[in-house]
Amino acid sequence: MTTLLEMRKITKEFPGVKALDEVSLKVQKGEIHAVCGENGAGKSTLMKVLSGVYPAGSFEGEILYEGEPANFRNILDSEKRGIIIIHQELALVPQLSIAENIFLGNERASNGVIDWRETNRRTEELLSKVGLREAPTTLVDSIGVGKQQLVEIAKALSKDVKLLILDEPTAALQENDSRKLLDLMLELKAQGVTSIIISHKLGEVRYVADTVTVIRDGTTVSTLPAKGLSEDDIVRDMVGRDMTHRFPEHARTPGDILMEVEDWTVWHPEHKERRVIKNASFNVRAGEVVGIAGLMGSGRTELAMSIFGRSYGRNISGTVKLKGQPVDVSNVPRAIKAGISYVTEDRKSLGLVLDEPIRFNTTLANLEAVSSGGVLNRNEETRIAEHYREALATRTPSVFQKVVNLSGGNQQKVVLAKWLFTSPEVLILDEPTRGIDVGAKYEIYTIINDLAAQGKGVVMISSEMPELLGMCDRIYVMNEGALVGELTAAEASQERIMSLIVNE
Amino acid sequence: MDSANIEHSSSDASGSSKGVAAYLASHLREYGLLLALIVIMAFFQIVTEGTLLRAVNVTNLLLQNSYIIIMALGMLVVIVSGNIDLSVGSVMGFVGALAAVMIVNYDISIYATIVVCLIVGGLVGAAQGYWVAYWKIPSFIVTLAGMLVFRGLSLWLLEGQSVGPFPREFQIVANGFVPDIFPAGIGEFFAGIFDARKVNVLALFAGVAAAIIIFWMGSRQRARNKAYGIEDEPSSFFIARNVIVAAALIFITYKLSTFRGLPNVLITMGVLTIIYAFITSSTVIGRRIYALGGNAKAAKLSGIKTERLTFLAFTNMGILAAAAGLVFAARLNTATPKAGFGLELDVIAAVFIGGASMSGGVGTIIGAVVGAFLMGVLNNGMSIMGIGIDYQQMIKGLVLLAAVIFDVYNKQKQG
Repeated sequence: MTTLLEMRKITKEFPGVKALDEVSLKVQKGEIHAVCGENGAGKSTLMKVLSGVYPAGSFEGEILYEGEPANFRNILDSEKRGIIIIHQELALVPQLSIAENIFLGNERASNGVIDWRETNRRTEELLSKVGLREAPTTLVDSIGVGKQQLVEIAKALSKDVKLLILDEPTAALQENDSRKLLDLMLELKAQGVTSIIISHKLGEVRYVADTVTVIRDGTTVSTLPAKGLSEDDIVRDMVGRDMTHRFPEHARTPGDILMEVEDWTVWHPEHKERRVIKNASFNVRAGEVVGIAGLMGSGRTELAMSIFGRSYGRNISGTVKLKGQPVDVSNVPRAIKAGISYVTEDRKSLGLVLDEPIRFNTTLANLEAVSSGGVLNRNEETRIAEHYREALATRTPSVFQKVVNLSGGNQQKVVLAKWLFTSPEVLILDEPTRGIDVGAKYEIYTIINDLAAQGKGVVMISSEMPELLGMCDRIYVMNEGALVGELTAAEASQERIMSLIVNE
Repeated sequence: MDSANIEHSSSDASGSSKGVAAYLASHLREYGLLLALIVIMAFFQIVTEGTLLRAVNVTNLLLQNSYIIIMALGMLVVIVSGNIDLSVGSVMGFVGALAAVMIVNYDISIYATIVVCLIVGGLVGAAQGYWVAYWKIPSFIVTLAGMLVFRGLSLWLLEGQSVGPFPREFQIVANGFVPDIFPAGIGEFFAGIFDARKVNVLALFAGVAAAIIIFWMGSRQRARNKAYGIEDEPSSFFIARNVIVAAALIFITYKLSTFRGLPNVLITMGVLTIIYAFITSSTVIGRRIYALGGNAKAAKLSGIKTERLTFLAFTNMGILAAAAGLVFAARLNTATPKAGFGLELDVIAAVFIGGASMSGGVGTIIGAVVGAFLMGVLNNGMSIMGIGIDYQQMIKGLVLLAAVIFDVYNKQKQG
């Protein structure tokens, strides 16, 4: 094997801090190389150095690509050499078609006039290569995140990719979509494409990677062949300590039924004839953590949002009872007042006002509690924000820090603080650990256990089955808008959940 | 994402340790605005050979810009909520026309007219806010339509003619002055010191009192911040800023006192500015407007009635545009079909120069007021210099662009 890429002693400093401190990375031609590390370890910075986002000269060290020094001044430079990076946040234009997106900036055209036949023909080729069965003219808007990811890869393939970099490609994907994507990576490898994958999901890393490089605090900790490497080995390198248990210990004794949802039916907000949630009934006991498993698009988020103040859907029918009494959840303020909180799946676009400080975000859903006569009591606000910062161990210089500056895990803690401050009886957590690193996940799990211990009911929606299995007392399985099964912690396993979904 | 975290936590770490330089870097915008105003004033003071800051011109400056500032207060709220209102100039003209027709043509009492006009302004704002808030029609479009509609309505109402003059009692809304409450002896005493013809002691007193109150409230806030460990501006900055503000206040009121004293509009303007500064910074509704502009979806899912807030922001804007319309008509002593033409752009420019963000969620009342004064001083100074309207427009345009470029540059440097 020959070396395709070698990054030698890369040091990148931002005012006051070294983001990368003599990081080295060596990628062999034709391999899949995983880069692991906690959030803030410097993985993304390293990839930005590689792809020219940080131009040559703005960092120290050297990059050897195909055996010669590479001085990329911008992304175009690196793309010309076949280095394509696919970011965590997809860079597709939703209002354009798949074909238009794939050839955006690289149009099949002569004299500025696009050759649509050629464009669509090439698109079809590329789509079949990545295993996506959609028409080239389909709008990106109308396909799911998993398929969009495939479009991104098709786009990369259209540019004669030699080194494909995937930054947390499966973060937003469902288990089976993830698997498809990983298989595609293996297939591309067989075709000679070298890949770098950045991922938190160690199972995936072990599945696809040939070599694993772990980065911690801006330095390379280890580069080892994936063969024979266990997940625990990787985790130990990532966090610098042993993590024997991925999930904190808990011993729960659920009490009486706290919340009961009966015969919940929701129709699609635009397609009037589509029933999104079909007669769903479930309950949560006090001090219990209940999971909702299901594929993406099965209606889990829609179920949660429709219960939370009818934030989704139309013609909603069914009842919600708290402690046996029917409650009014017809809008968000009423749902909050009834004692229900919903921690959104997408914390950046739905959960936080990013440009405002922690204090602002902490009190946002319960401003009445920190004001009298409509006038805010800022000292009280600060006190509350400080209280939750300590209680949830949010790592930040102060509560006056803008939340945009926090890492994913700490942002999630701010969202949790916001909802805890509304003193809910029931918390619905939608993908509470998405995009969060291993150490922070553990902390979020601990918080969830504490809430249950305080007698609150927790509903946990997650795409990561091990997480549901490790945390929940009961798991409901959802498929195509209906709850198709209910398993106790003792009965549940990944296989049983999958079989419930498949056999419906 | 990773790099951004590191970058930011670093700037905070240095913020607390390195002090002055770092603080200045992160608050360059606020100081820059104040500094720009001072520099521009100094410049015009020199090139106009002292005309800019003559008592009569200072008074004029306040009167000329009063309606812009009154509308800028409402516009700031609208822009922070993530919207824009292009109709305010037309609404202002329309309400002035309505007042003229009611008072001059129909002899309706002044107080009844003022109340009716403010209500009409509120209704106009509500009508536009309704479509923006509950039908999600972009505010740009709704208020562009409003701009045309109300421009037409003014023309129709005035039948294309100017209507005026107003009775004396109405004129004082804009052109009146607060009478001195202090005994004449004190005024003569100061007149002797200042070598002026006469001195309005109330104006002088108000300036000193305002300076003391601002300093006192600032110190109290500082003490409180310290108790909570909030990163605060270095004391040298605090003192320098307060000395400048206090000196400016006292200087302006001194100038006013040697002319005719405190204009009524200054009181209206000052009170409204304080009220809106308080609402935006210290009340629940103010907080919610920032949340709405910062992230409407998150605000809605936090139980905030975002539609109603948007609706209220426009209603409020309508009322303030009506107030401005009354002041404007009273000042000109006549209502003309062209009144308020293009003024919305001055108002919007003032808010953006004051540091508000087009995408919402960012901006302050004080910034908007200072921005309005900055534009006002530019207008006034250039007019005194005899610069043609052609150059004036170009220079104002470039100042607006420069202010926003400065904002964006600053943000990039930090982010």
